[in-house]
Amino acid sequence: MKTTLTVFLKEVKENLRDRRTMMSALILGPLLGPVIFIMIMNVVLTRELNKADHPVKVPVIGAQYAPNLMDALKQQGLLPQPAIADPESAVRNRDADVVVRIPQGFGEAWRKGQASQVELIYDSSQSDTASTVGRVKGMLENYSRRQGVMRLVARGLAPAMMAPVAVDERDQSTPQSRAGLMFGMLPYFFVLTVFMGGMYLAIDLTAGERERQSLEPLFANPVPRWKILLGKLAATCLFSLVSLLICVVAFGFCGKLIPIERLGMRMDLGISFAAQVLLMMLPLVMLLACLQTLVSAFAKSYREAQTYQSVLMIVPIFPSVLLSVTPMKIADWMFYVPLLGQQVGIMQLLRGEQVTAVQLSSCVVTGLVVALLAMALTAWVYRSERLAISA
Amino acid sequence: MIEVRDLHKHFAEVKAVDGVSFTARDGEITGLLGPNGAGKTTTLRMLYTLMQPDQGQVLVDGIDVAKDALAVRRKLGVLPDARGLYKRLTARENIDYFARLQGMDESLIRLRCKQLITALDMADIADRRTEGYSQGQRVKTAIARALVHDPRNVILDEPTNGLDVMATRSMRRFMRQLKEEGRCVLFSSHIMQEVAALCDRIVVIAHGRVVADATPDALRAQTGETNLEDAFVKIIGSEEGLAA
Repeated sequence: MKTTLTVFLKEVKENLRDRRTMMSALILGPLLGPVIFIMIMNVVLTRELNKADHPVKVPVIGAQYAPNLMDALKQQGLLPQPAIADPESAVRNRDADVVVRIPQGFGEAWRKGQASQVELIYDSSQSDTASTVGRVKGMLENYSRRQGVMRLVARGLAPAMMAPVAVDERDQSTPQSRAGLMFGMLPYFFVLTVFMGGMYLAIDLTAGERERQSLEPLFANPVPRWKILLGKLAATCLFSLVSLLICVVAFGFCGKLIPIERLGMRMDLGISFAAQVLLMMLPLVMLLACLQTLVSAFAKSYREAQTYQSVLMIVPIFPSVLLSVTPMKIADWMFYVPLLGQQVGIMQLLRGEQVTAVQLSSCVVTGLVVALLAMALTAWVYRSERLAISA
Repeated sequence: MIEVRDLHKHFAEVKAVDGVSFTARDGEITGLLGPNGAGKTTTLRMLYTLMQPDQGQVLVDGIDVAKDALAVRRKLGVLPDARGLYKRLTARENIDYFARLQGMDESLIRLRCKQLITALDMADIADRRTEGYSQGQRVKTAIARALVHDPRNVILDEPTNGLDVMATRSMRRFMRQLKEEGRCVLFSSHIMQEVAALCDRIVVIAHGRVVADATPDALRAQTGETNLEDAFVKIIGSEEGLAA
């Protein structure tokens, strides 16, 4: 115990003096996620909000053929722009989101009581124009429905004849669950922070020491290697834990900076959320520290270890990708799988649902068991004769 | 006292150590002499339990390395070929770290640190980070770190490697002092003059085998050469002739 503590304190002291490790573990790693997140969310949200509030400017060709329609559209917030010569290429070149074209025969068809044609020219592969297109389409349908109702009434028919089936939507999503949909990448940010926080230590304390040839004198001391390893793992865990802590707190502040409630969503990243995230992530902190050290033990140099780490970094992406590609119902067995358990657990919290005590404990316990196995494996590799020898 | 009996170690096809036996006694300096690649470092690594011999036995103060490696390490002070200081720590912190791993208590650590820093004449650098140390300062720190627990047996792998004349002389003085304190000093070198100047007993190793084990005078007599360097060349040379 004393040996492990000695190693732990020395590694912490040594790495606190290393600017690169400090930058990566305590500033870059944990804050990059929240900063990117705020930036992306602010851009997305302001754009969405602007589009909903502001009048849409749409070039209209042949406005003179349908003055009544134009008045109705103006009332709904459409600002007609002068006609343009080549609407197709204008839309493709993104000079306009959407163009309305009213053919010459509009008025005549209208007077005959036939269906009058209006063309909407847009490019659906440009996804950011979708909301404008949707709004214009909605305005046109709105006008069409109203006029249809008036024609029926003029002929003495009940407007209900036009709508034999009335669809009433009852959306069961809550403001929080809608937000959860949007913040699906949050769990991955947490895992990434843990990874980044411990990475430089894991490399430095094994591959780095090997490269600097200090493992050989270290192992000449009368202490078993596994005790030295435990001290090194503890130091790695401490750094990634602090990193995670900073990240969770930063996201807590983030929640307040994003004007998410204006979209009818709610996000609770408060203390109870933070505490549950930390608890769930704890076994992952240990597991990743062990895996990173294990991988480093196979590397002869710092650089080689870095290469291995970047391969290892792909592993935590799998559950996120899996869940986004094949959206599955969250089942209890998922909590038994490290990484996946954390992912679904945090998602559930974001949706404003409870994570039950059973789910939480199965997530933590299996995580710890797997972490201990990884630790035993690392200790076994640490016994290798070659580990101490650098050249 | 360090006793080595019929040590073997191979890496893949290469027989690095192929039947090495010798004894290093207390109060003596024993020199392990041999050309580069003769198996000196591998032999020493088996003595300080970093490597396990394929065959053979090592006893340190009567304790078998294979049976109780930790007890053996407690009795050894080791300066490996790789000095490996922690660059972001000061010399004093480097020494302190190893002292704690040896399980020493606070007051003893402070006392031994002071003694070693004085003995190795490194008071002026002790509280500076070891990054940017000269080769000599690095070796001094590594030696202080290795001897902090006051071991009876001292193993030094090429202790004067890379040192200038002044540093080499003070290193020799320090080794003689260790001998006068009654310790068993075992060091390796490929430099003839150095071994001749220091050793009570010379063990010559070539191709992983002991080719001579005697006092410097006996070696001269054995080969009929008055010059030790000639004697060394003759021993190694004849052995190579035999191997071919």
